[in-house]
Amino acid sequence: MITQQNTRLRYKERVRKDFQKNFSLYLLMLPVILFYLYFHYKPMYGLIMAFQNYNVRTGILGSQLVGLKNFVRFFADPYFKRNIVNTINISLANIVFGFPAPLILALLINELQKKWFVKTVQTISYMPHFISLVVICSMVRNFLQPDGLINAFLSGGKATESMLNNAGLFVPIYVLSDIWQEVGFGSIIYIAALSGIDVELYEAAKIDGAGRIRQTWNITLPCLMPTVIVLLILRLGNVLTVGYEKIILLTNPFNAETSEVLSYYIYQKGILSADYGLATAAGLFNSFINCFFVIAANKISRGVSGLSLW
Amino acid sequence: MKAKKSIGRIIFEIFNTVLMILMVLISIYPIWYTLIASVSDSDSLMRLGGGMLWLPVNFNLTAYQKAFANSSIATGYMNTLFVVVSGVFFSMLFSTIGAYFLSRENVMFQRQITFFIIFTMWFSGGLIPFYIAVRDAGMLNSRLSLIIPSLISTFNMIILRTAFAAVPSSLSESAVIDGAGHLTVLFRIMIPLSGATLAVIGLYYGVSYWNAWFNASIFLQSAVNKWPLQLVLRQILIVNDTSSMTSNLSAGDQEKVGESIQYAVIIIATLPILFIYPFIQKYFVSGVMVGAVKG
Repeated sequence: MITQQNTRLRYKERVRKDFQKNFSLYLLMLPVILFYLYFHYKPMYGLIMAFQNYNVRTGILGSQLVGLKNFVRFFADPYFKRNIVNTINISLANIVFGFPAPLILALLINELQKKWFVKTVQTISYMPHFISLVVICSMVRNFLQPDGLINAFLSGGKATESMLNNAGLFVPIYVLSDIWQEVGFGSIIYIAALSGIDVELYEAAKIDGAGRIRQTWNITLPCLMPTVIVLLILRLGNVLTVGYEKIILLTNPFNAETSEVLSYYIYQKGILSADYGLATAAGLFNSFINCFFVIAANKISRGVSGLSLW
Repeated sequence: MKAKKSIGRIIFEIFNTVLMILMVLISIYPIWYTLIASVSDSDSLMRLGGGMLWLPVNFNLTAYQKAFANSSIATGYMNTLFVVVSGVFFSMLFSTIGAYFLSRENVMFQRQITFFIIFTMWFSGGLIPFYIAVRDAGMLNSRLSLIIPSLISTFNMIILRTAFAAVPSSLSESAVIDGAGHLTVLFRIMIPLSGATLAVIGLYYGVSYWNAWFNASIFLQSAVNKWPLQLVLRQILIVNDTSSMTSNLSAGDQEKVGESIQYAVIIIATLPILFIYPFIQKYFVSGVMVGAVKG
């Protein structure tokens, strides 16, 4: 009992001393903490709206709780299934094709001999990453018009309408333009990991008579595995997330049946129709699924390869 | 050192080089095409009806004259410049302070506060509660909504923390013994010794402010005169485009005239980034590496 009181006293004493010593540091940090409180933690508290019939006038405290009504409405939405399927389609295609692309590019760049050529390839392939999404999507739109660069080339000038109006092409358009924009920049992290591999490993392998392919298979890839696994787990955690920004910029009434995804639905219901409760419920559902996927991917990875995020 | 190459190796190297050249072409050609189309004559462009372009046809700059004559583009440019300059300044200021705090040792509540910040990378309230928070702060239709709600990028702050933590602690310790306070340590030791990383983070913030359009589209719905360039672009290139597409083709002729203007507008919005990009590219890369090491 006495010792407990003692430790509490000592704790108070330590806190007092710490504040005395670091007072100016805490003071400096105060605006940063307030920023996080207001723009990150207040929205988390705002998730209560998912269970409310949110009233703009009275705010969260004055709104009526309605239990799971918003969730029921969300699941009963005629477009619910379509949105989920579209989200998973785009996201899986993006993982299957978009995930290995930077890795392959990094391995190929790694095999180049001339320094200046490596520099040129890197400089130019990173560039699209910094171009704004609005510009990228405008270019995609223009190039896919009947007389646009890509459409005219693929159809031999016989096309009569934009390829974006073809719902069946939306997923490839989305994924390919994504790869085009991000493949170079995504390869940086692998190039960094490649440069960290001990050269002695390769020399030892050479002495043992291993060829280039064997070296890649038995040294390079295993050394890259931890990076690959971490990135893959993070990516899988977002399997139910397709950002709304690019969808907003590319969607149109003709491709809606394949282009409208969950995040776009949230944007539409929340921002355009001001149905805050429903949109928040949909967002919360999305977050939970994401958490589930990260945990599952992490478990599977630990079971299969012994590597995991935590 | 040089070993004799096998035939397979030589074939692979040729194949690889060709592939990489192709990669470079694919990366750059759309941008080159846009640039070429923007300085070409609209009619000639239309007669070509698509197809590859390597050099301008009937070089002229009327598209740019027309684009700049559009007052919303000029206003958008000024708005974006304002947001980029003030946004980068305040984002850097608070990210630096936050990173300095997170890099300190022997601060009692540092671990709890670190968790408090990192947690937001894993879980967030989502779009709608965020929108409501900004609205409750009275920032709708105010320029502040483009800067304050996105003031600190946690990712950038963590990269900065890594850089500060790499500065030998003996330096700040001896400064403290000499009577230096936290501000002196931050501005006299940490910042001068982390120049490269600070430059990278500044550039990351600059690019993200330059390219941002979504927050403006939801927070500035009835303040068109405050729209940044990217949102003006979206209005000109995408929203109008969609409406003309869904009506009918009678406006087709007008649309054609607009094509090189569209390309000109794209170039106007991208040129600043394309122009500074080659000079800062190497810093971008080292910034990603720092982030990658931290994982």
